[in-house]
Amino acid sequence: MLPDKKGHFGIFGGKYVIETLMPALDELEKAYHEAKGDRAFHRELHRYLSEYAGRPTPLYFAKRLTEKLGGARIYLKREDLCHTGAHKINNTLGQLLLTKRMGKKRVIAETGAGQHGVATATAAALFGIECEIFMGEEDIERQALNVFRMKLLGAKVTPVSSGTKTLKDAMNEALRNWITTVRNTHYVVGSTAGPHPYPMMVRDFQSVIGHETKLQIIAREGRLPDYLVACVGGGSNAMGLFHSFYNDRDVKFIGVEAAGYGLNTDHHGASLARGKLGVLHGSMSYVLQDEDGQIKPAHSISAGLDYPGVGPEHGYYKSTKRAKYVSATDKEALNAFELLSKTEGIIPALESAHAIAYTSKIAKKLKKDKIIVVSLSGRGDKDVNQVAKMIGVKL
Amino acid sequence: MGRIEDRFNELKKRNEKALIAFISAGDPDIETTKDLVLEMDKRGADIIELGVPFSDPLADGPTIQKSYLRALKKRVSLKKILKMVKELRHKTQIPIVLMSSYNPVYRYGENKFVRDAVSAGVDGVIIPDMPPEESGYLWARSYRKWLNTIFLLAPTSNDERIKLICKMSRGFIYYVSVTGITGERKLLSKDIEGMIKKIRQSTDLPLAVGFGISTPQQAKEIASCADGIIVGSAIVRIIEKHALSKNGLIGDVGDFIKSLKNAIRHE
Repeated sequence: MLPDKKGHFGIFGGKYVIETLMPALDELEKAYHEAKGDRAFHRELHRYLSEYAGRPTPLYFAKRLTEKLGGARIYLKREDLCHTGAHKINNTLGQLLLTKRMGKKRVIAETGAGQHGVATATAAALFGIECEIFMGEEDIERQALNVFRMKLLGAKVTPVSSGTKTLKDAMNEALRNWITTVRNTHYVVGSTAGPHPYPMMVRDFQSVIGHETKLQIIAREGRLPDYLVACVGGGSNAMGLFHSFYNDRDVKFIGVEAAGYGLNTDHHGASLARGKLGVLHGSMSYVLQDEDGQIKPAHSISAGLDYPGVGPEHGYYKSTKRAKYVSATDKEALNAFELLSKTEGIIPALESAHAIAYTSKIAKKLKKDKIIVVSLSGRGDKDVNQVAKMIGVKL
Repeated sequence: MGRIEDRFNELKKRNEKALIAFISAGDPDIETTKDLVLEMDKRGADIIELGVPFSDPLADGPTIQKSYLRALKKRVSLKKILKMVKELRHKTQIPIVLMSSYNPVYRYGENKFVRDAVSAGVDGVIIPDMPPEESGYLWARSYRKWLNTIFLLAPTSNDERIKLICKMSRGFIYYVSVTGITGERKLLSKDIEGMIKKIRQSTDLPLAVGFGISTPQQAKEIASCADGIIVGSAIVRIIEKHALSKNGLIGDVGDFIKSLKNAIRHE
């Protein structure tokens, strides 16, 4: 079972952080292992997931979309129906319960699209814990609604003006803040990225997605799906969906990265397709970087995929060919955003629209008896303003 | 014996403490960095620590972040920095230590880095985001080639980690004086002396204290309990002030180095 004791998935992962944080990571790892073996912790988490976050989320057969594409049967795992509108709450509830267990009084988090920020602020409000969210200035502009939601939830939102002013820089600043406040603060990393134990822990908390999917698809179709499709920025919703199927070798995993303006431009977020091995934010994985190892800025229409790194376990899946990683451009994502809205009455998050975009490409080429499950990781309300602006509609 | 060990031994004989001066390599440009190294050597610095610019330095505050960005605009790279050290070695034998984030070193190739650093005349390397747990490959190669791998200890380090780092570190141990990132601070933590005493029980290596020291007065206080002090952001700030014109830069940095060294000379 990966990762190994030091947090490595093959050559990926690890703990590349300054000494100041090492004891906190050790403490977190220990607390997490204890919680993992504690039934009371699981019961409590389960209670919050079902009574508060609204789990299990439905596995919905997208009949009209399936008919329109004329190929494989498409199911949507409706993480958009979770409380706060995305899968992020699965992880923040787990980590906030852990924060309480460790006796820490404050949490911090980075956010790109604002979904993880909102989910952290929500769980912090639920447990009465002080919360500060770091968010790039450019994302604050793109996601004004989520900024206001976080503030309503009692969180302090700190704008980050360094670097590209997006998710990468928000994570830099959150880590710097953690180096200073580590004695009383827990850092709620929002993706399967960062130093060990985060990639493992976030994966475990998100695995509820795949676990439910497995039971639901068997109940519905009497068999496992042929394909699982999910968007990959840092990679938490994808890993959450994939992980429970790891040993089911006939189930193919497809991760969809952001191709931005196109993979052959310098404006995309496809770390797995175009990155090289390196260390960003505490772990070894694929990173968009230049010859000298300087991190290159990423680009995506969706703030949540606008990240030059990717979780280490995805790096491992790529190198062992357990998963296939593809990409969808900004334009394809926008088309998918409209397609799903019009055919199913579901407005997807721009992140999830990348998964829909690739699904619509392959579904039509597949036979009608094939099954695809797509992770609809979040709802698109947060993106409506941005999309209107992009297609030239004044609200 | 290496230059770092020699330097600490000489200082010990003279009952002096080491002044370790940090600047970002290539800020404002490589030629000026060379002049700054020679000036700091002349004015009393004992060891030079050269920062390798990185786009996303996690342990650094705004002052050093900005100086790295200035250097990166000039397209400074690890390769150019090693070439610069090689050229400096014709003029000075002051111990030189590189401080780099892990990624530029990894991208350069760890094996090649150790080989090229040693042949350029680099004496040690500090990689803040490479704890002993992740250092196996680089450590083994450095050990064989006599490149000192210097590890950090922090106020949060527990007994177990103190033992581990004392065992792995070479040249000296870098004690991070604050729970935080680099940058000048008005007040330094009060428990530095206690931690230094505790670390001493596990090692005979020299202990240098850095992060936050910015005035001669602070230098003097810290030097009373350590073997060396590291000053970075305060020097980089002088360079930043001269960002538009280099007039007077070298002299100002030299004067500041002299004031720091005078403050710790007779401790």
